[in-house]
Amino acid sequence: MSMIRDGAIVQPGPIIIRANPGWVPLNLHDIWEYRELLYFLIWRDVKVRYKQTALGVAWAVLQPLMLMVVFSIFFGRLAKVPSDGLPYPVFAFCGLLPWQLFAHALAQSSESLVANERLITKVYFPRLLIPFSAILSGMIDFLIAFVILFVMIFYYGLSPTGALWTIPFFVLLAGVSALAVGLWLSALNVQYRDVRYTIPFITQFWLLASPVAYSISLVPEPWRWLYALNPMAGVIEGFRWALLGNRQGPGAEMAISIAAVLLLFVGGLYYFRRMEKTFADVV
Amino acid sequence: MSDIAIRAEGISKRYRIGQRERYYTLRDAIARTFTAPYQRFRNGRGPIAGNTLTPAVSHSGHAIQNAPFIWALRDVSFEIKTGEVVGIIGRNGAGKSTLLKILSRITEPTEGQVTIYGRVGSLLEVGTGFHPELTGRENIYLNGAILGMKRAEIARQFDEIVDFAEIEKFLDTPVKHYSNGMYMRLAFSVAAHLEPEILLIDEVLAVGDAAFQKKCLGKMGNVSKEGKTVLFVSHNMGAIKALCRWALLLDNGRVATIGSPAEVIKHYIAVDPCETEVILTDDKFHRGDSDFRIERVAILDALGAPCTRINFGHPFQIVLEAHLQRDVSGLHVGLGIATPDGTRLTTTHHSDSVQQTHFRKGRLFLRCYFDNNFYSPGHYFVHVGAHSEDSLASDYVPGALAFEVLPLSSNGDGDFKARNFGLFQHPSRWILENQPKDKEV
Repeated sequence: MSMIRDGAIVQPGPIIIRANPGWVPLNLHDIWEYRELLYFLIWRDVKVRYKQTALGVAWAVLQPLMLMVVFSIFFGRLAKVPSDGLPYPVFAFCGLLPWQLFAHALAQSSESLVANERLITKVYFPRLLIPFSAILSGMIDFLIAFVILFVMIFYYGLSPTGALWTIPFFVLLAGVSALAVGLWLSALNVQYRDVRYTIPFITQFWLLASPVAYSISLVPEPWRWLYALNPMAGVIEGFRWALLGNRQGPGAEMAISIAAVLLLFVGGLYYFRRMEKTFADVV
Repeated sequence: MSDIAIRAEGISKRYRIGQRERYYTLRDAIARTFTAPYQRFRNGRGPIAGNTLTPAVSHSGHAIQNAPFIWALRDVSFEIKTGEVVGIIGRNGAGKSTLLKILSRITEPTEGQVTIYGRVGSLLEVGTGFHPELTGRENIYLNGAILGMKRAEIARQFDEIVDFAEIEKFLDTPVKHYSNGMYMRLAFSVAAHLEPEILLIDEVLAVGDAAFQKKCLGKMGNVSKEGKTVLFVSHNMGAIKALCRWALLLDNGRVATIGSPAEVIKHYIAVDPCETEVILTDDKFHRGDSDFRIERVAILDALGAPCTRINFGHPFQIVLEAHLQRDVSGLHVGLGIATPDGTRLTTTHHSDSVQQTHFRKGRLFLRCYFDNNFYSPGHYFVHVGAHSEDSLASDYVPGALAFEVLPLSSNGDGDFKARNFGLFQHPSRWILENQPKDKEV
């Protein structure tokens, strides 16, 4: 791959184009090479997202806030779901933030290849950039909602724990989880167009299987390891631990979550690369 | 400098028929997994290729052929040296676009290998990745990045790009408010400032008004003077002749001729069988997704019989059959006739004679009569297309059809006089004004 540094062309080796059937190496350095395009794709998604909506930034806040209200009424007040001794609204909102980040990223990345059909059939660049850029566009929403969460924490007279610095790690884990699933679904979506119809179902199913509206303490101890296979369980519990300090810190279950994500992610990368060469012909 | 820029060795590309026309569903794939063993048993044949073998399905959903594959390219080999400008010509569907797609790494060849020495820039479309909601300024950066330019490079050339496009005043207006002309100028301007060592250009650059085309061709001439390697596809034989060192003729996915532009063009015109009817249902003929597509073009003689060659002075008809995905209004369907040199002789739209410009979803048939045929003997291309009120192209198929005007008429009385050269034989009448009428000698 050739590079331009300060306008000077670094003479590269030749590019060889031929059929590469089957599994191919990931060539992740290609993504690094195209980092500026990655940046522009993210920038485009963010710009367009806030230009097109009448509510703009308010949208980022309204969605989780309204869900929090509904959850607080039905799960907190009426069903009396235990919230580890915390005020239920903060408890739910704290779970909803990483969840929304994840769900948005998952939906965006799964649709991303089909949505960028024109680019795929007309220009060459590492196709991995597309789902990668799609997961990051929801980040701004997340940051705005995060400010609201802080306001709520202080309103309820709580204070963030000393483990606050671990938050970026949980955000990263949520992002990688979304990307891991997004890689599989986006590539499948090119091949099989009915995959998109399964995405809302997957998201709904996953929401109920994650400790957003309830606490992981509801899950019986012997089954926790199985529950931890859902990486969002680790992310959400980690989030609450770092901000609200409701339970003790991440342990063996966290390790299971991370292992599950990594397996899914690396598998997704290879699957994506394998299918990549047919995208332009099929999309 | 005579080192190699591009070396193609036996490249072939195989498509599954229907691959571009039908999407598979996961449901089908699952169902097939269960029914495949049963079908194999029933057919009593060898193993079938699992879920890769699917019936060929045409646009209308009917099976069209039993062979599930077509070769869009077959065993194509050539070498292009650094600094050469090379033209690719061939009929629609001959594999030109597929070849460019392989060279620009958008799709992989099924067989063979291409080696490229240098940084490649490919322009298969103008304005790829333009977002209507973003401003001109934002789109310059986005489009530049998509075409492979670095941010520093775009920033350095920004003023030049804006100047070339003549859009200073609208730089901060979303491009959805641009006129078609402004949009095309901006898109082309970004593309023109791409600085690769090897440039691959598809025909689309030749879309637009005459002034715009001239600008494109001028820019391409400059690029070649700078010692860059250029490979371009065109129906414009004039441009090929003027710009190219040599040309390559593709026919049915194979290399038919390689040689000097004049030689190859001669060959192209000679071997090009003027088909009486061309079916354009495949995606590859159409650029972009549109609700309107011209799917069949046919040329008929005055009596409505299919013909490939028209006698000089004899009327003819061109029939268009189109498919509309939904109801469309404000649509002007047109056709143009051009010489192989790319000189447009005439353009005509259905709305010149028919009031109606709104059409119901489904099939649309239009017939255009050329009651007076003034064309001099020779070869002509028919471009077909349609555009909306704001002159945005809904569909455009350059060189959809070719026909030949013969120097003879059927009864011999209206034969073409070889001394009368020129593209047109304008109907003319002479009278003798001063000499006494000649007596027979």
